[in-house]
Amino acid sequence: MPVLAIRCAGLTKRYADVVAVAGLDLTVNGRECFGLLGPNGAGKTTTIEILEGLTAPDRGEVEILGMRWSGGANTRALRERLGIQLQDTQLADKLTVEETVRLFRSFYRAAHSVEEVLGLVGLEEKRGAWVGKLSGGQKQRLAVACALVSRPELLFLDEPTTGLDPQSRRQLWDVIGRFRAAGGTVLLTTHYMEEAERLCDRVAIMDHGKVIALGTPRSLIASLGAEHVVEFALADGATRAPSPAELSALPGVRAVRPGLDRTALTVAEVHRAVPALLGLLERRGAELSLLATHHATLEDVFVSLTGRQLRDA
Amino acid sequence: MRDHPLVQLTLARMREFYREPEAIFWVFGFPIVLAFALGIAFRNRGPGELRVAVLRGAGDSAMATALARAPGLTAAVLDSGEARLQLRTGRVALLVLPGDPLVYRYDSTRTESRLARLEADAALQRARGRADPARVADQRVTEPGSRYIDFLIPGLLGMNLMGSGLWGVGFSVVQARTKKLLKRFMATPMRRSHYLLSFILSRLVFLFVEVAALVGFGWWVFHVGVRGSFAAVAFITVLGALSFAGLGMLVASRARTIEAVSGLMNLVMLPMWILSGTFFSYARFPDAMLPFVKALPLTALNDALRAVMIDGSRLTALGAPLGIVTAWGLVSFVLALQIFRWR
Repeated sequence: MPVLAIRCAGLTKRYADVVAVAGLDLTVNGRECFGLLGPNGAGKTTTIEILEGLTAPDRGEVEILGMRWSGGANTRALRERLGIQLQDTQLADKLTVEETVRLFRSFYRAAHSVEEVLGLVGLEEKRGAWVGKLSGGQKQRLAVACALVSRPELLFLDEPTTGLDPQSRRQLWDVIGRFRAAGGTVLLTTHYMEEAERLCDRVAIMDHGKVIALGTPRSLIASLGAEHVVEFALADGATRAPSPAELSALPGVRAVRPGLDRTALTVAEVHRAVPALLGLLERRGAELSLLATHHATLEDVFVSLTGRQLRDA
Repeated sequence: MRDHPLVQLTLARMREFYREPEAIFWVFGFPIVLAFALGIAFRNRGPGELRVAVLRGAGDSAMATALARAPGLTAAVLDSGEARLQLRTGRVALLVLPGDPLVYRYDSTRTESRLARLEADAALQRARGRADPARVADQRVTEPGSRYIDFLIPGLLGMNLMGSGLWGVGFSVVQARTKKLLKRFMATPMRRSHYLLSFILSRLVFLFVEVAALVGFGWWVFHVGVRGSFAAVAFITVLGALSFAGLGMLVASRARTIEAVSGLMNLVMLPMWILSGTFFSYARFPDAMLPFVKALPLTALNDALRAVMIDGSRLTALGAPLGIVTAWGLVSFVLALQIFRWR
C-alpha cells in the first residue's frame, strides 16, 4: 500500500452548460477514511466517478494507488484492487443474493468466498432470497458486498446510506468500520454530517464543484471558534425579537444566524450565553416557543461557510 | 470453470430469462399456440358442401332431388324473396330458375359459385339423360409437404428466432443500461467481450429448446417432417440465432430507455413480419419489390429452412440465403461494438 491512496490535481468536468467539478485537488492517505460532503449537485458524484475511472475529466490528473487510468491491461489491473459501490445501481431483481455475489466475484482474480463476504455484511440468512425481495437496507448491504468481494485495498462508496432508516444506516457503518479495521482505505460521499463525523478521519466540504473546507471533523468544527449552537424561536414571531446586533453583543456569542423559523447562535460557553439570552428576551417581553442547544456539527460549518442549510442547498 | 466470468454471466442471463414466466410464454408457448391455431384453421379440407337453391316453380322438387344426389352439393327449394336474399348474402352459392332455358343465377367472381355452377349443371344434364363419353376415376392425394402447415412451421421457426434474438438481447442490454448495471460492471475488471458473448451463449442454450419445441410439436400434431438432414436444420437455426442476436445488439447499442428500444425493435421486425414470407409466400408481392424482400435476413432464413425441411436441400445449395443471414449478423455485430454505449 503506497502512502497516498488517491491523488488528484486540477480536476475539471463540464456538462453542457454546467460546471460539475471546477478545479479540484485532493489527496487521500492509505488506511484513511475520507469523506466528500456537500449538498446535492455539489459535484460529489462526478468527482468520485472520475476517481473511479468511469468518467473522463476535461482536465486534471488522477492517481489511484500510484496508478493512472491509462486503459487496457493497466486499467484492469487497477480495477482488481478497488471496490466500488455506485449511487444508482439496481442489481438484477430475479437473481438471488448468492448468485449476485458469485457473479461479481467471478470478475476478480483474488476474491473473498461468497460465505466470507455475506458474513462481512451480515446477509448470510438472505443468501437464497431474490434481490427484488430485499429491503432497502439489505439491498444496499448487498451492493457493498459486491464492492467488498474483490478484497479491495480502496473502497469507494457513493452515498451508501441515503434513504436508509437509522438502523440500516448503523449496520452499514459497522460494515465500513470492520473494513477499516482490516486496514482498508475508504472514500465516501454523503450529505449526512452525522455520518461523516462518525466515520471519517478527514472530510472535504464541497459546494459548486469546489472544496470549500478541508480537515478533520473536529478541526472544521473548531474553526467556527465555538463548540455549541443555541437555537431559539419566539412565540409571537418577529415583533419583539432582538436584533442581530443585540444578540452578538451577548457574552460568549460568536455568530448569529437568523433563520426562517428560528435563530441560531454559535457560542463558546453555553453557561454564560443562555442566561444572558434569557435575560435579554425577558427585558423585551418576548416569550420563547423553542430553546435548544447542541454541540456544533459539520452542518453548522457548512451553514457558516455558505449561508445555506445542507438539505435545502 | 464454474467461476469463470463467462459462465457466471451466461448463467445470470439464463436465470433472469427463465424466472420470467411471460418471457417463457412468448418464446416457447406463443409459436406453438400460433402453429396450432393456424394449422387447424387452414387444414386441407376441400371446399366443403356447396349449397344451391331452386326457385319454387314447375318441376322444382325433382330438380332439387337430382342436385342433392350430386356429391358435394346440398339443395333446397326457396320462394323468390328468400332465394334472392340468400344468394345476395352468400348462404347459397347458386340459384337455379326452372324453365326453358334453365337459368343459373350466381356471382361469377366467386370461386365457390362457379364451382357450384359446374357441379349443378353436370348433375342436371345427367338427370335429363346426358351420357358421358369417357370413363373417369378420381385419385385424391394429401401429401405431407404440400399443406399450409408444412409451409407455416419453418416460417414460424424463423420468426421465432428473430423475435427471441432481438428481444432476448436488446431488451436485457437496455434494461442493464437503464438500471446502471452496465456501468457497475464497467467498474469491475470484467471484459466487455465476456459480457457480449454471454448473450450469445445463453441464446444458443435456449435455441435448442425453442427449435425442439416447435419442430417436435409440428411433427407430433401435424406430422410435419424434416425432409433434409437435422444437422442442416441445426446449422441454419444456429446461424439465424447468431445473426439476430447481432442485430439485437445493434438495435440496443445506443438506446437509453426501454421505450426507445421497443420502438426500434418494432421498426426492425414489422417489415419482416409482413414481407418475409412467414405466413404467406412473398411471391405475392410485385416483382419490383422482390430483390428488397429477398435481402431481408428473415426472408433468407425462412427460405433456407423451407429448402431443407420441405424440399430436402443440402446446405451446399443454400449459399445465397445463408450468405445473406451471415452478412446481416456480422455487419450488425461489428457495428454494434463500434457504437455501443457502455454506461
